[in-house]
Amino acid sequence: MIVKIVSESFDPWQEIQAFQHSAQAMRGKVGATSVFVGTMRDFNEGDAIKGMTLEHYPGMTEKQLCNIITAVMEKWQVIDVLVVHRVGDIFPDDPIVLVAVWSSHRGDAFDSSRSIMEALKSKAPFWKKEILASDDQRWVDKNSDGYLKKD
Amino acid sequence: MSIKVRYFASLKERVGRAEDQVEFTMNVTVSDIWQQVNQDKALPENILAAVNMEYVGFDHAVNDGDEVAFFPPVTGG
Repeated sequence: MIVKIVSESFDPWQEIQAFQHSAQAMRGKVGATSVFVGTMRDFNEGDAIKGMTLEHYPGMTEKQLCNIITAVMEKWQVIDVLVVHRVGDIFPDDPIVLVAVWSSHRGDAFDSSRSIMEALKSKAPFWKKEILASDDQRWVDKNSDGYLKKD
Repeated sequence: MSIKVRYFASLKERVGRAEDQVEFTMNVTVSDIWQQVNQDKALPENILAAVNMEYVGFDHAVNDGDEVAFFPPVTGG
């Protein structure tokens, strides 16, 4: 398991490749890799957003993410997990989060990566402050349930 | 006993400080600590608490050297 908090822009696909290449234990055992990449939108709550700052609680963030992954690895048959999360100043289209799970079978891969992502959203201490097109700033007060609302 | 108190994100702006160092001579809970260091302010709604980087309830007993943190709901990912 690797958890990385990074303050510079990262390439999720490079992170995945580098992790796979270095993980000898996965050779021949992996039948399913599930990858989730969260990127920044240029809109939120009906407003144009030109950037945001992601604050975190150093130490607690890593601890909570490790707790989350450990719990998931007890529930599903998972070979390995990589989580990368940005902090600092972020702009539209920048990757914010990567969750990659390697397992032998697709059910474990899909379910465990969804579970990690949902737990990260509710437990990992990160906070977003948005910068609107007007230069006004506002804290995001809660996460959505992850689905686009129909009118 | 000596306790470090930390605040994050919108709550940090609201209290106007990132941290406090407080001393107590009696046993205290997380809730007592908020009352002591922010006497003039009620605890804002939905605030979460952690002791030594694990989530706790407000009735959690705090020990010497603990780090207590207060923060709003998390919005990462």
